[in-house]
Amino acid sequence: MSTKLTVNGKAVELDVPAEMPLLWALRDHLQLTGTKYGCGISQCGACTVHVDGKPRRACVTPLSSVAGSSVTTIEGVDGPEAKAVREAWKAIDVPQCGYCQSGQIMSAVDLLKNNPQPSDEDIDKAMDGNLCRCATYVRIRRAIKDASAALG
Amino acid sequence: MTLHMETGPLSWKQAGDGGSTGLRELPLARVTRRDFLAGIAAGTGFAFALSLAGSGPARADSTAGGLKNAKGGDATPSLFISIESDGTVKLTCHRSEMGQQVWTAMAQILADELEADWDRIEIVQAIGHPKYGDQNTDGSRSVRRNLTRLRTAGAGMRHMLEAAAAQRWDVKAEECHGKLHEVVHGPSGRRIGYGELAADAAEIPVPELDAVRLKDREDWRYIGKDVASLTVPRIIVGQGTFGIDVQMPDLVHAVIARPPVVFGRVKSLDDSKALEVPGVLQVIQLDALEPPATFKPLGGVAVIAKDTWSAIRGRDALEIEWEAGENGDYDSTAFRKQLLETANQSGQVRRKRGDVQKALDSAAKKISADYYVPHLSQSPMEPPAATARWDGDQCEVRACVQAPQSARSTVAGVTGVEPEQVTVTPTWLGGAFGRKSKPDFAAEAAVLARKVGKPVKVTWTREDDLQHGYFHSVSAQHLEGALDEEGRCTAFLHRTVFPPIPSTFQAGVTDPSWGELRLGATDNPFVVPNLQLETGPAPAKVRIGWLRSVANVYHAFAIQSFAAELAAAADRDPKDFLLELIGPPRLVDPREEGAEYDNYGDPMEEYPIDTGRLADVTNMAAEMAGWGRELPQGHGLGIAAHRSFLSYVATVVEVKVDDSGRLTIPGVWSAIDAGTVVNTRHVEAQMEGGCLYGLSNALYGEITAKNGAIEQSNFPSWRLMKMSEAPRHFEVKIMASHAPPGGVGEPPTPPAAPALTNAIFAATGKRIRNLPIFGSKGNQLDLGGES
Repeated sequence: MSTKLTVNGKAVELDVPAEMPLLWALRDHLQLTGTKYGCGISQCGACTVHVDGKPRRACVTPLSSVAGSSVTTIEGVDGPEAKAVREAWKAIDVPQCGYCQSGQIMSAVDLLKNNPQPSDEDIDKAMDGNLCRCATYVRIRRAIKDASAALG
Repeated sequence: MTLHMETGPLSWKQAGDGGSTGLRELPLARVTRRDFLAGIAAGTGFAFALSLAGSGPARADSTAGGLKNAKGGDATPSLFISIESDGTVKLTCHRSEMGQQVWTAMAQILADELEADWDRIEIVQAIGHPKYGDQNTDGSRSVRRNLTRLRTAGAGMRHMLEAAAAQRWDVKAEECHGKLHEVVHGPSGRRIGYGELAADAAEIPVPELDAVRLKDREDWRYIGKDVASLTVPRIIVGQGTFGIDVQMPDLVHAVIARPPVVFGRVKSLDDSKALEVPGVLQVIQLDALEPPATFKPLGGVAVIAKDTWSAIRGRDALEIEWEAGENGDYDSTAFRKQLLETANQSGQVRRKRGDVQKALDSAAKKISADYYVPHLSQSPMEPPAATARWDGDQCEVRACVQAPQSARSTVAGVTGVEPEQVTVTPTWLGGAFGRKSKPDFAAEAAVLARKVGKPVKVTWTREDDLQHGYFHSVSAQHLEGALDEEGRCTAFLHRTVFPPIPSTFQAGVTDPSWGELRLGATDNPFVVPNLQLETGPAPAKVRIGWLRSVANVYHAFAIQSFAAELAAAADRDPKDFLLELIGPPRLVDPREEGAEYDNYGDPMEEYPIDTGRLADVTNMAAEMAGWGRELPQGHGLGIAAHRSFLSYVATVVEVKVDDSGRLTIPGVWSAIDAGTVVNTRHVEAQMEGGCLYGLSNALYGEITAKNGAIEQSNFPSWRLMKMSEAPRHFEVKIMASHAPPGGVGEPPTPPAAPALTNAIFAATGKRIRNLPIFGSKGNQLDLGGES
């Protein structure tokens, strides 16, 4: 049984059980390890990817549900918001260990795409599902505002 | 089996000795040519030419002294630096990168003295090997133990390059100076690049220690500066390899069902359904764990599969009946009662000044309080993960380990080979906080890879991480204090009771060790005339291990809370009262009052307990926060100050509690005196993260046990602070200092919890003595009565 989808712009065909979560298909079968495992039950956000442009927790997304879809991971995310977020992240060194940051960046990019000038409350709402044990929250908030300003 | 530990943060000498005195440094093994070649073969990245400088038989005489005995350890340049002919400078980081930005810090130190161009450096992660000296990346030691050592290595290499240039030009070496990747001849202005000199420099003897000139502080190019991280550019594009990311040809994946109770064992196993799960290849029963726990695998049943998900599904399908064993009676609610009872009986005196009982009996006013802090889990976002493969009797391990030498000896011990047959390379660590200095997971991978005959990656799920950890110890503390007519503190009694960490290494140990008491208890800096520290026994029913700042977490919570309680009893401002307790600037030595005290393994002469510095950060944090300003209704400020890991941190927390009791934290102000700092940006980041780590644990963190098994299983039953709960305002001040470097990764954590609970008291009059404040649900304070 195989599943066809697009990952970071490339067509792929995966010959694995269709109920396998997208997370493990990406990591173990496509060697795209930038998307991280943190909890497996959509409670930490480390596995956040974009499916057809919308954020999804890959750990609870069966492969069958993304057949024919376009999946974007941290390795492939691009565009003005992604560029601004990466620049802002780098400018003040948001990440510490970095493990959750793929998910943080994917969520922040989605936030800025839909809301170029988010308030503090908007940031809280958009980012609350992304846990960080290093607790880089102060810098994430600042960097989202910096990225927002850079996007004009 | 003997497990040799590296120096732990708590200074017991060796697993199994039960001792807790004197920090044990690993002897620096003689570095042989064979070791060097092995290092090269293992891909440690030494360029051949320079790696042999001062190490091969041809240069044996030059290494007799050389830089082997620099302050902090062997500073032989080739251990840490290689220069390629194209000018690329490869710097070896012998500490583990776990978000504290140690790659960047170590590179700043080496590159500064080497006068290397920052844009032409590359980092190489060192394997675990005694030639590097201590590699156990905990105890907030990387900078404080390596600043002088790595400066010496960098300067030594610069000298060799200068000597090579002098030879080439036939001029005096004193006229040649390394500057930004070139050697410049002063009189003639001639220049030559480091890459071009690399091969010649390899033939230059390593200079003697007294011949090495270190740069003047004002000439530092990278040290003490706001230098950007070397890892972040890779993190933001999803690159970089964490333990869980390791790939190898023919790799198979393992997930393990471990006994729910420590020292439990498999009674019966039916793996037929697991073997039917698509992708599952094999089921392997592991040896049961025998006491003491040390770093050995916990035992259980491993499912081997083609991918992680199939292994998880296979594990779900295992039918196992467990025998609980000796810890099956562990109930954390009953245990809490037992600890509090012990804390309320007189205990063993561990430090004594004056006569506390007499002062209490004659006090104008006296108060007492009990504090309780539960087990906590380090819970790094990346759970433990390790990959191992065997080639004959040689084992290669790649894993997110804080202590690669300890991982190496542990793997050797459990597989019955010599450490020399095991190569451990740390990956990046997706957070660690003490969990990953216990390499049980690396041992699991090595055992399984040998049985399977293929490379095996062991992945711990979040449930595994929370239920099978080395938990931060649960503690109960009883404090009593006396006030005189003027509201001055005249007596301070502190009794602390907790299952000690050495119980993990020697079965049956119940008395708190000196190594744990030095973390905020024996080193109490208060100036009170009568002071006493006592301890009581407590058995360990789970594996007890260290977590960011270790026993400082509960000791600072109790002492700094009680200081504020005394202030309230005396009707004094808590900041002023705290400063009065800290007293005039002076040096405190607990050894003069009966305590065994090793000062985090560093000399008291170099790193005294300096109350002036503690008072300075206290005043600074108060000033930053605008202590005494008029606050809106429902707001309160709390302050706490604590010295740990040879650094001083004071923190002010502002809370807002609305009429319904809902708590938010609008702001935090925190000042650190860590002596000389290497990277200002990353010290600030550690201050933010370390404080919020402490706040998150105080608000929500709680690991409980019933029938010996841990009750929490995943987020959010184990709850972490999230974005909306983090303070929006966070201000950090790094005190300017030329003092020797102190720790940075851990010192921000201890003052966080008491500053928070002191702020809640200021806002509401409610005194919180039991953590966590909320646990897994809500942010609502019960404003009736005491917690």
